[in-house]
Amino acid sequence: MKAIGIILAGGNNNKMRELSQKRAIAAMPVAGSYRAIDFALSNMSNSHIQKVAVLTQYNAKSLNEHLNSSKWWNFGRKQGGLYVFTPSITADNGFWYRGTADSIWQNISFLKNSHEPYVVIASGDGVYKMDYNDVLDYHIEKKADITVVCTKLSANDDPSRFGIIKTAEDGRIIDFEEKPVETEERTVSTGIYIIRRRLLIELIEKCAEEERHDIVNDILIRYKNIKKIYAYHHNEYWSSVSSVNSYFKTNMQFLSPEVRNYFFKQYPDIYSKVDDLPPAKYNPGSNVKNSLISSGCIINGTVENSILFKKAYIGNNCTIKNSIILNNVYIGDNTYIENCIVESRDTIRANSHYVGEPGEPKIVTVRGDRYQI
Amino acid sequence: MKKKEMIAMLLAGGQGSRLGVLTSKVAKPAVAFGGKYRIIDFPLSNCINSGIDTVGVLTQYQPLRLNSHIGIGIPWDLDRNIGGVSVLPPYEKSGNSEWYTGTANAIYQNIDYIDQYNPDYVLILSGDHIYKMDYEVMLDYHKSKNADITIAAMPVPMEEANRFGIVVTDEDNRINDFQEKPEHPKSNLASMGIYIFRWSILKEALIKLKNQSNCDFGKHIIPYCFEKQDRIFAYEYNGYWKDVGTLGSYWEANMELIDIIPVFNLYEEFWRIYTNNDIIPPQFIADSARIDRSIIGDGCEIYGEVYNSVIGAGVTIGHGAVVRDSIIMRDTVIGAGTQVYKSIIAEEVVVDEGCVIGIGDEVPSKLDSRIYAFGLATIGEKSYIPKNVKIGKNTAISGKTETSDYPDGELKSGEYIIKAGEM
Repeated sequence: MKAIGIILAGGNNNKMRELSQKRAIAAMPVAGSYRAIDFALSNMSNSHIQKVAVLTQYNAKSLNEHLNSSKWWNFGRKQGGLYVFTPSITADNGFWYRGTADSIWQNISFLKNSHEPYVVIASGDGVYKMDYNDVLDYHIEKKADITVVCTKLSANDDPSRFGIIKTAEDGRIIDFEEKPVETEERTVSTGIYIIRRRLLIELIEKCAEEERHDIVNDILIRYKNIKKIYAYHHNEYWSSVSSVNSYFKTNMQFLSPEVRNYFFKQYPDIYSKVDDLPPAKYNPGSNVKNSLISSGCIINGTVENSILFKKAYIGNNCTIKNSIILNNVYIGDNTYIENCIVESRDTIRANSHYVGEPGEPKIVTVRGDRYQI
Repeated sequence: MKKKEMIAMLLAGGQGSRLGVLTSKVAKPAVAFGGKYRIIDFPLSNCINSGIDTVGVLTQYQPLRLNSHIGIGIPWDLDRNIGGVSVLPPYEKSGNSEWYTGTANAIYQNIDYIDQYNPDYVLILSGDHIYKMDYEVMLDYHKSKNADITIAAMPVPMEEANRFGIVVTDEDNRINDFQEKPEHPKSNLASMGIYIFRWSILKEALIKLKNQSNCDFGKHIIPYCFEKQDRIFAYEYNGYWKDVGTLGSYWEANMELIDIIPVFNLYEEFWRIYTNNDIIPPQFIADSARIDRSIIGDGCEIYGEVYNSVIGAGVTIGHGAVVRDSIIMRDTVIGAGTQVYKSIIAEEVVVDEGCVIGIGDEVPSKLDSRIYAFGLATIGEKSYIPKNVKIGKNTAISGKTETSDYPDGELKSGEYIIKAGEM
């Protein structure tokens, strides 16, 4: 493909509540066996983008561990590769990334040293499949300066955490409002952009000169009347896991056969780092209904309408309902958990009781003695 | 200069004919095991966990799946600049060209491969055993004894010793006698077919015996070295070790993984077993499903009932289906309402709706009563079983069968269907 990729994986926000303590959103585990950034990385790989930079700064430990080898997504070739850029102090800069545009500016040499004519920018928290070549074709056909990928939210999604887009008939964006307090519009930006590399360099350098640091406010909104910015409509599944509620909901949607088939069975595949865990084991007393179970799990109790991530241990007489159990959790005997998200690497003592409200999952983070299974 | 202290040569060329239709299209080391693995994963993982990063895999019979499984060795970290894993098939030579005619002959034909790495020691492994072993400890033992050859051996019950190759040792563990399946065993130490050789000793023996037909380690090389009084020692191994050479032992070894705390535990952090994970999504267990005492691989969709079974990756088990005491390998589909009892169903099989498999009396197999025994129904890979048929015990099926292949809708115990061109 004639593009390089940039994945913005720096951020976190207070909508993730306690889940943000441990990792950047892009490193959030999704659908049992994946992490959020796997979707953007796999889409780039499947779109034949060979050179990808991941820009990250907030608590990047989990993300760095996940990206410790590029081979899982089929990068790491002589031509191209996967690069992780965290802020660093240089002779002329000592700042953290002050915004999305600033994070690109601080790594502007990555853009300058490439020769591909286009750049695909994506955020690391989207759960979707997309062939960026289709977007690029549209971008070229429209002779656009910038193309923004949009999607229509369903009726029960809250648009106020997104950028709201209004377009003219030909698809050109005429209004762009970032995270409005109130809106009637349902068309939102997915945070995926295509732009010519030279134009991006020019705009980013201009921003830096003017001490502006944000792509949405300082490029898309500021230039919307000067540059031709077009909206490309993505009509298939798309979800962002950037709040606790949407994170919970997105995961639970994988219990529906349509979503599962779309991501797990249809070409192309989503790739992830391989953990070499044994298959899941169901001991006497296990009773599992309507749930996703990942490798390395050992189940002795009841699990209903839940998602067990890798290497969860469920003790005897436990009941897990409508909950998400993240990676590497030990749950002691006789425990009851309903409407919860149990943070990774937790140890829940026997006879515990955690119940959240439907639609308002409780986040369980306890630090007990570590059992080794 | 390249230099490796010890390299491993893994014998993976055999058909494993006693696994019947399971190996009609794949070599035995490539047969699936334990819901996720293939048999060869165990010796390969043992190698890398023991610090051996150079492994030659000798292939001959049906190598396609083995080749694609091993690739360049990424799952085992055996993709190395120097060393790593090499698949070594037989090849044409200017003088004579021949297949690998025996285990030692296969090594003889690859002396140049071994010499590239200039090793002090060569480890000979076979690709059909399930175990975890630290070969580095064995090498330390080999060095401490100043041995020429060390043979791994494990104690077996004295009354079963007549089924094995037995080594007899002195108090220093030096071997002073060999007995092949002896009527009156003098010891209960059984050879496991795992050898460490001083490379100079092995090379000399291979060249000396190069004209020996079907040159074999157990039958020719070891006796030759024993004759000329090389220092041969037994290394006693006391862990789990299983030869999965027959359908019965293969089935049993899989079932042992289901125990609450299995003797052979794949869930320990220490000594991981690695494999090529190309199916990674989690498994889905539907509302209608019931699962007890089973292990289930990634990416499965379970709508029916599964008891006491080992289910490979990507398997679909339909609504109302019941699977008991069985092994189902990857990407197989069990249709709605089908019942499966004590069966081994290989990869990519489609069993249509309403079948009953593994019922009836135990009747000896008419195809080969030594292979298809143990009361198992065995179905080879990529087979198709049509709707509503009954299949008995000690049966074998391979190929796309049709309703007309089943008189009165039934394949009686002991019968078989092997479609032309399938074997």
